[in-house]
Parts: sequence; structure tokens; C-alpha cells
Amino acid sequence: MKLGIPREVTSEERRVACVPRTVEKLRKMGFEVLVESTAGAAADCSDAKYMEAGATIADSADGLWSDADVVLKVNPPTEAEVARMRAGQLLIGMVWPMTNEPLVSALAEQGVTTIAMDCVPRISRAQKLDVLSALANIAGYRAIIEAAHLFGRFFAGQMTAAGRVEPAKVLVIGGGVAGLAAITAARGLGAIVRGFDTRLAVKEQVESLGAEFLVLDFEEQGEGEGGYAKVMSEAFLEAEMKLFAEQAIEVDVIITTAMIPGRDAPRLITAGMVESMKEGSVIVDLAAERGGNCALTVPGEVVEHHGVSIVGYTDLPGRMPALSSRLYGNALAAMLDEMGGGEALTIDVENEIVRGALVTHEGRVTWPPPKPDAPSIAPDYSKDFGKRPETETPPADADAPAASGAMRGLTTLVGAVAGLALLVIIGLWAPESFSQHFTVFVLACFVGWQVVWSVTPALHTPLMSVTNAISGIIILGGLLHLSVASATAAIVLGLLAVFFATINIAGGFLVTRRMLAMFRR
Amino acid sequence: MLTTLQLVLAAAPQAAAATAPATDASHAAESGGSSLVIMAYLVAGVLFILSLAGLSKQETASRGTWYGIIGMLLALAAAILSPDVARYGILAAAMVPAAIIGGVLAARVQMTEMPQLVALLHSFVGAAAVLVGFASYLDPHGAGKTAAELIVHDIEVYIGICVGAITFTGSIIACLKLHGTMSGKPLMLPARHLLNLVALIVTVLLGVWFVDAAVDVQAATSVIDATGIILLIAATVLTGILGIHMVMAIGGADMPVVVSMLNSYSGWAAAAAGFMLGNDLLIITGALVGSSGAILSYIMCRGMNRSFVSVILGGFGAAEGTVASGDGEQGEVIEISAEDTVGHMQTARSVVIVPGYGMAVAQAQHALADLTAKLRAAGVTVRFAIHPVAGRLPGHMNVLLAEAGIPYDIVQEMDEINDDLPDTDVVLVIGANDIVNPGAENDPNSPIAGMPVLQVWNSGTVVVMKRGMATGYAGVGNPLFFHENTRMLFGDAKKSVDGMLGAI
Repeated sequence: MKLGIPREVTSEERRVACVPRTVEKLRKMGFEVLVESTAGAAADCSDAKYMEAGATIADSADGLWSDADVVLKVNPPTEAEVARMRAGQLLIGMVWPMTNEPLVSALAEQGVTTIAMDCVPRISRAQKLDVLSALANIAGYRAIIEAAHLFGRFFAGQMTAAGRVEPAKVLVIGGGVAGLAAITAARGLGAIVRGFDTRLAVKEQVESLGAEFLVLDFEEQGEGEGGYAKVMSEAFLEAEMKLFAEQAIEVDVIITTAMIPGRDAPRLITAGMVESMKEGSVIVDLAAERGGNCALTVPGEVVEHHGVSIVGYTDLPGRMPALSSRLYGNALAAMLDEMGGGEALTIDVENEIVRGALVTHEGRVTWPPPKPDAPSIAPDYSKDFGKRPETETPPADADAPAASGAMRGLTTLVGAVAGLALLVIIGLWAPESFSQHFTVFVLACFVGWQVVWSVTPALHTPLMSVTNAISGIIILGGLLHLSVASATAAIVLGLLAVFFATINIAGGFLVTRRMLAMFRR
Repeated sequence: MLTTLQLVLAAAPQAAAATAPATDASHAAESGGSSLVIMAYLVAGVLFILSLAGLSKQETASRGTWYGIIGMLLALAAAILSPDVARYGILAAAMVPAAIIGGVLAARVQMTEMPQLVALLHSFVGAAAVLVGFASYLDPHGAGKTAAELIVHDIEVYIGICVGAITFTGSIIACLKLHGTMSGKPLMLPARHLLNLVALIVTVLLGVWFVDAAVDVQAATSVIDATGIILLIAATVLTGILGIHMVMAIGGADMPVVVSMLNSYSGWAAAAAGFMLGNDLLIITGALVGSSGAILSYIMCRGMNRSFVSVILGGFGAAEGTVASGDGEQGEVIEISAEDTVGHMQTARSVVIVPGYGMAVAQAQHALADLTAKLRAAGVTVRFAIHPVAGRLPGHMNVLLAEAGIPYDIVQEMDEINDDLPDTDVVLVIGANDIVNPGAENDPNSPIAGMPVLQVWNSGTVVVMKRGMATGYAGVGNPLFFHENTRMLFGDAKKSVDGMLGAI
């Protein structure tokens, strides 16, 4: 089966669907790989590197498109590219079917089978196919880099000989993958970071990255289907806008990442807020492609308003082409693996992941996929990992501690009574010599109990070996019998006891010393 | 010099005999002799206590062992020089080769083989206790004793022999299992609980019979009778089989509990011998060792959230409904290469390594120490997290890491490190499974529910090194492997760590 990797024709696109490292992986999966000449040049992947990885370089795009059984792309295909495709060919790439309806129907008409990487369902099994998260991660990081580039100060505070520099304050709106990546990057540069999200579940994650989570004085949960944000009520929006207005005056950098699936990006930063910001401040709008979170955003450009730079780049992941291509390629490889690999590639509509991403198949548009039977989509499942399921606590549990407490009390009581009874029996019946030894025994048990509890767990093995050694003191028994016994049998037994006990003493102490000598700081 | 000392010591009992009641003199052989010897024993007992107390910290541990050694030498010297001990020729013939054997064992043993050695040494104490018990019984000892004293003495002999025999055979089996000579799988005889119970009851009944028969005969003739010996041998065999059966039923990862328990038994056996001989030093030492083993067993059981009884009854990890509940398809694991793991760790600020028995099996600790040293040199904070039941012996991991040259102050206990895990960038789990299983905390139906575990999933990234996707000892699936921030590094632990070293 032949995979074709064409050069991306969209202007300004520097990414490529697979890097040489991915090619190797694909070849191991049993694919033949064709790469269009200079396809990876802008992503630091030369043709030579591809050949080294075992790919064949196709000189012309025409040959590649007609030869390949499967075409791997980054961007949605252009009209010209669609025209080059033939029925039965498989296309894997970003398609955005929700906004690209004409493209999808054109692909269906051509008889092309299309897998849209942007439509991979958000289930835990599909994590390694999740290109959106991978690219959002890069975008979030790059947003901070762009902001830092335009911002005229250090992000971290510093005490220099020439005076104190206060740290930059960064507000990140939206706690999705991109938002969290931005928070991480900004924290890494030393800025004071605040995060905001309508989904309270994100609070913990934001805080775990070292940012402050801003909370509205308002009760409403913003988590919609699939863990994405949903549209909020009027009153909520009002409270939210008030918060942003307050923050705009204070912070130096705002990163907005708020998007709602299938809708225009919500307007969060008004022109007035921009004007209220300090001169030299930077806004990076990650939602620029969908209209922008900021009223003044111009998609694809940087504009300046009242001294505030507003970055509207729509190609932030593309600005790190080598990394983006690599992660994207890994996801493609995972998808091909999911579909059966080079030997047994099939379109299995029963497979949840394949079905979710399947946009056109056998001449029909197959998007959107039918709803899954049960709401099994739980991307936030992992966040609750390690916590006890609170709802499942059976009511009986409330009584259990009391019951077990009572049991314990009873056990203690029985034990105490039995102990006392034992002492009384010994006192009444046992000869005096026994009582004296018994006293020593019980006291020694208590001393041992106290002393051994203070032993550090790290030294439990030496503790065992040293107790091995000192329990060799049983040699005394052997010694006495060996010496005073008249019966030969007793002498032999005593001798054997001495023998074993001596091994213990010598071996136990020596091995303990050997071990303790190893413990070094 | 020697003779002078002997003269002094020999003079002492005569002085004591003059003032003490006549019975004491006749007991000289059993009570350890003169007051001077007893004082030496007292000092030895105190030194033994100090020896254990010294183990509370690494800094004082070495001095503690010296206390133990001095105490032992003192007790031995006092015993040997006392008038009660003679026949120095055969004594030397027994002690010198034994000391050499012990020394060679101790010098040659691999640190991974410590559990076996400890078990073997337990068996020696058990054997010695049995031998001393028989010798004590064979000695004509009835003279001058009251009936009550005789009964007590015979009970002591009987208990000493029984505990000694269980310790002896149990430890031998434990040693063979730990050494791999014998399969670590629990042996499950049908009706094994009943078998144990019957054996126990029969042992008690034999004991009653023995004391009854022996006392009658001794009181009358002070001669050893055949019935007593036969009963003693029967009891030894029976308890010996009980010991074998008990340990056979216990699986590999429960071994820490079993070894601790046998440690405890060896102490009780020594204490019983002390009662037989009326020797307080033996009693004190036996009690110290016995309670030490009991505490270790308790700590191990708590580490697994299981009761002592359930461990001793054995059979964990076998077919008793331990198959994980409702796991089925839990998602997909994400693999990672050794190179990428190193990359993660090099860029991390804080790394925690969680070793398990798998590390010992793969002998990866030395390579791990090199890796740790390199990461630390690169400014990464590296620490080790030790679960109480990691390995096959309490504190086994600590010894292995110390042997590899890992500084002990970066090796921390579970309770110390659990709170730090959320701030840890990378956790490397090497050859451990159940002790990092989140199911223990959040799945009430899990067979290991309630067991305290290292909460590694709270950290940034978890890299789990494993040979394959097999379940751990408890036979429980581990949801950690399917967690989104978990990466699996498959392969032999030693090779993987070597691979990481190569990639640094």
C-alpha cells in the first residue's frame, strides 16, 4: 500500500504531514511512502533525510497523487487537489467539515474516502490521535513567545543594578489545552499568571501549573458536550465582562483561547478594554480564525491600537513547523495503525475512532457521525483520577466505623481479661523461679516493642539481620548442655546447636556491618 | 590470664551456694552460674537493646552493631569462662568452622539474595531451639525439683521445640521460595485451613500427654523415659510439617510478612529456650527479637491493608475472586522510548523513582544509580520513593539502593513523599505494579482496595517500566497504565536503564 505525502500548496504553510522519523514508523507498519520533492523543506526535513528514512521522492505532484493509495495532508485539500483525486483513494488530513461543506461534498462526489483528523472523537483511547490537542499545545506556547517578542520587558521580575524590574502579569482566558500550555510557558518565563475559564473543573489544573484561578461571583457550570465550553447565560456574561474589564487595567499580556464548537468565537475583550490597557501591552488572540475573542483582532495580522499590540495570527502551530509536523505525523501514524496498518488497512465503521473521523465514504457524506449510545465521552475522567468516587459511598459505611470501633474495644477488653487471667494463673500455680523469668520476659517484650518502633524503615533489613545475629545467643543453651550433660545424645545435640548458633552470630553481624557500610549520604 | 579469670569465676558460685538455698546450687547448670556471669549477661542484654536502638538512624546504626557485637562477645566470654562450660576441644571444633561458614556466607551473599539469607538464618535459630530443647530434656534434670517446677519445665521444653520446629521448616521453605529453587506460587491443598487446625489441636493434645507422662516418670525415677522422647519427636515432626504447609500456601509478594513472622518466631523460640534453661539473657534477647519481628509483620500488613491472619492463612493472588472487577477495555497505553524518557527526565526539575521487586530481579539498581548521579549532576532533583512492601524483605529496596551507592537521604518512605508527588515532573516506576495502583484508592471493588499506594498519577508524567502488560502479584489490572499522563517503557528494566544511560 502506497502512502503519498504531497507538498502543502496553501501559501505560507510550512508544515508537512510526516517527518522522516514518522516515515520510518510507517514503513515498519508495512507502507510504501512517496514524498513530493521539497515537501518538508520548510519544516527542516530535506529530501535526503526522507530517502534515508526509506521514502521514495516523487518529482512531480501529478505522479504522487495518481500513484498513492492514501494521501496524507495537513491542510484541507484545495479544489485543484480534489480534482486530482480518484474514487477509492483515501485522504487523511484536517478537513473541518463543519465550516467546509462544499469541500466535503466535492470529496464525496469524487468518491474519495476522507478521514478528518480534526474530527477524531475525544475519548481516552484516542488520545494519541488527538491532533487538535497537540496543535493547541503548540499554539499556546507560541502565543506566549509571540507576546514576549512584542512585549518590551522581561517576563520575570528582576533586581538589577540599574533598578528593579517588576514581573509581567499575564491573563490567560480559557483553560483548554492551549490555555494551559500558555500558562506553563508564561510561568516558565517567570511571569505572574492568572487563568480564567467558565468550567470550574479547570481550576485545579490552572492552579497546579502555578497560576491564580480567577473566580466569578456567580453560579453556573460552563461544561458542555465532550468537555468543551458551552454558551453561557446573559447574567454570567455580564459578570465575566466586568472581571475582564478589571483585569485589563492591571495585566500586561492577555492570551485569549475561548472557543465554542460550531460557533463564532465569543467576544470577550472590547475596544474599551483594549484602550484601558497600559501602552506596550500585548493581546494574543488564539481564536482569530473564528472571528476573534477581541473586538479589534484582524485575523492573520498584528495590529496596534492605543499602544497595545493585538496579535491575530491564525497559523501559530505553523510557526513551529518542525515540531508541528512531527506531532501531526505521529497522530497520522497512530490513525493508520488504528485502521489496521499497511497490511490490513480497512475502513471499519464499527470502530468508534474511525467512524468519528470518517467524513466521506463510498460517494456519500458520512459526517456528522451518529451519536454514541451512551454518553461515554468523559475527557475529564482523568482529572478525577485517584479520588474516591463520592457518589458511590454506600450509606452503610456511616455505621461501619462505629461498629468496627466497638469491635476493637471488645477485642481490647477480651485481650486484657485474658492477659489478666494468664497472670493470675501463673501467680497461683507457677513456681517462683518461673514468675521471675516471666517478669523479665514481659518487660523485655515492652522494651523491644518501644525500641523497634523507633527503627527507621530504611534499616529494616539490617534490623532483621542483627536480630538474626543476637538470636544466636541461643548458643548459651548449646554451650551448657555440651559441657555438663552426661548423656552422649545431649552432648551431640548441644554441639549441633552451638554450630548453628555460631553461624548465625558470625553471619548475622558480618552481613549487618556489610550492609550498614553501604548506607552513605 | 585465662586461668586467673576462671579461678575468679569458679570461686563465685561457691560463695553464692553458701548463702543461697541448696536448690540453686543443684541448678547451677541451668541458671548460668555465678552472679558475676549473670552481671555479664545483664550488660550483654543492655548492649543488645542499645544495638537495636542504634538502628533508629543511619548515623548511629554502625555504632549500634558494635554494641551488639561487644554484647555477644561479652556473653560468650562469660559463658565459656564460667565453670559450667568445659570440653573446650569439641566446643572449638563446633564453633570455629561455624564461624568461618557464617563469615563466608555473609561476605559472599549478593544483596538481592538477602531475603534468602535472612530466612536461612532464621531456620538456624529454629534448629538450635529444637536441639537445645531435646538436649535439655535428655539431660537428667528431675532431681531436686518440685512437681510444679517439673511441669513448667516440661511445658517450656515442649513449646520451645514446637516453635523451633515451625521456625526451622517454615524458614527453609521460605528460603527455597525466595531463592527460586521452589516456585513462589502458593500451594493450595484442599481443606488446608482444616489441616492446619487439626495439626494445631493434635500438637496441643500431644503436649498435654507429654507433660503428663514425663512428669510422672521423672518425679519417680528422674530417668528419661521412652514415651516422652517419642512424643517429643512426634510433636517435632508434626509442627515441622505445619511450618512447611503454612509457608507453602503463601505467595511471593507476601514474603515480607512471612519472613518477618519467622523472625518473630525465631525470637520466641529463643525465649522459650531461655525459660527452659532459666537464663534471663536468652529470655531478654528472645523477647527483643520476637517483638521486633512482630512489629515488622504488623508494618508489612498495614502496608498491604491486610490482616495478619489473612496473610498467614495464605493463598492471596490465586483463584479466590481476585480477578479485577469490571476493568475490561480500559483504553490504550502509550509507549515511550528510552531516549524520550531520558529527555523528559533531563528537562524535569524534580524526578521521583519508584523501585519494586522487578528492579531487584533485573539487577538494574547499579545502572539506576549511574543514571541518578548523572541527572543530579545536571541539576535535576532525583528522589526515590519506597513503599513499605516493595521487595521481598522489609527495607530490602533501601539496601539494594544503598549497595548501588545511592545516597540514603534521597531515598524516602511513602508517607514522606506522597504529598510531594503533585509537584513532581516525572515519576519513573521501575518493576513495581500494585504499589502504584490507583484502583486501591478509587475502586472499592478492587482486591487491593484500601491498600496505601504511592499516588504517582498526581505527578506530571509517569513512565512505567515493565516487561509486558501482565498484572502484578495481586492479579489486579492497573488503571495507571491507561492514564493520560502515563507512558509505558516496555522491556527488561536493566536494558531500558542502560538505554537511558546511553542516551544521556
